[in-house]
Amino acid sequence: MNKRRPYVRSMDGWWKKNPFFVEYMIHEATALFVAAYAGILLFGLLRLSQGEAAWNEWLMALKNPWYIGFHLLALVAISYHTYTWFKIMPRTMPPVIVGGQRLSAWAITGSGLAVAAAASAALLGLVWGMAR
Amino acid sequence: MSENQKVIEIEVLRYHPEKDKEPHKQVFEVPFTDDMSVLQGVQYIKDYLDGSLSFRWSCRMAICGSCGMMINGEPSLSCQTFLRDYYPARVRVEALSHFPIERDLVINMEGFIEKLESIQPYIIPKEPRTLAQGEYLQTPEQLNAYEQFSSCINCLLCYAACPQFGLNSSFIGPAATALLHRYNVDSRDGGKAERMELINSEEGVFNCTAVGYCSEVCPKHVDPANAVNQNKTNAAADYFLRFLAPKGGAK
Ligand code: SF4
Ligand code: FES
Repeated sequence: MNKRRPYVRSMDGWWKKNPFFVEYMIHEATALFVAAYAGILLFGLLRLSQGEAAWNEWLMALKNPWYIGFHLLALVAISYHTYTWFKIMPRTMPPVIVGGQRLSAWAITGSGLAVAAAASAALLGLVWGMAR
Repeated sequence: MSENQKVIEIEVLRYHPEKDKEPHKQVFEVPFTDDMSVLQGVQYIKDYLDGSLSFRWSCRMAICGSCGMMINGEPSLSCQTFLRDYYPARVRVEALSHFPIERDLVINMEGFIEKLESIQPYIIPKEPRTLAQGEYLQTPEQLNAYEQFSSCINCLLCYAACPQFGLNSSFIGPAATALLHRYNVDSRDGGKAERMELINSEEGVFNCTAVGYCSEVCPKHVDPANAVNQNKTNAAADYFLRFLAPKGGAK
């Protein structure tokens, strides 16, 4: 008789078992804020297409303290998502050779974050300028 | 044993298929010195406390890849992990995650061996070559393209770090994909089209959700996550190019 009886362990709650997996799940969850924010902007576009009164109503609604609170929360969540996204980026792309040397993971993450920061600042400047 | 001999508690997940229904914990008190690895701690248990404890090891110098275990929940080579780094706390030792436990710390790796065979881990020449044509020559750049992916020692820590493999054991997984990539990017090889069928398949790279822990735990800096994710791009290219040049590729 075969005495072998390989035991398969359960995967229940796998993501709680390692801090690395918890970080991964937070990263994935913060993507929901990115989607939610896209939804908000799309809704604004819809209100714009419905005429000035609808648009102004939408702008008023945005001034609700709850909405402002949500914006702050979304900012934190999306910043975290951006950071972890660029952190994993070097692992997801082919090697970049610069001057015969392979570009370090740190350099790739760093330039990604710098571009994201610059783009955000440029957008903020633009919108700020338009709003005045 | 001298007066100031340090003693550490090692908690081992035991499983003996002929008598245990499921694995259970057992704690051993192991005297140790600062130069002792977790593997040496487990060997002490086998030699002096309980001869029935089963585990794999060979080189005890991070070369052979047989001593992988979960140490305090992290996939590690037990021969390069030291007891002193856990003392005075207890150290928990368990068979590598995501694999069936054969006995105690020994996993069943048959599934991986099949995967290893399926990737055709050897050079498939582009065309027949005669001896008179001499050896292949490669530039340092051509060597660089695959060298890192050829350092794998099949320790399987990366599989124990991959939740997607845990959830779906048919996923070809990090190390096999890294080795597959190693041959695909070798300038001497002509087997890429055949291997891409595997990359593009249900078992292929799209099981990966870029958790990235596999590359963190790899003791040989193979960066298997990189091989997997580069091949997502290759698979996508294969898929679209198929419409332009209908031959090979995704099925
Ligand atoms: S890729 Fe690294 S972690 Fe995975 S089996 Fe090979 S050496 Fe071990
Ligand atoms: S015993 Fe060979 S890698 Fe640890």
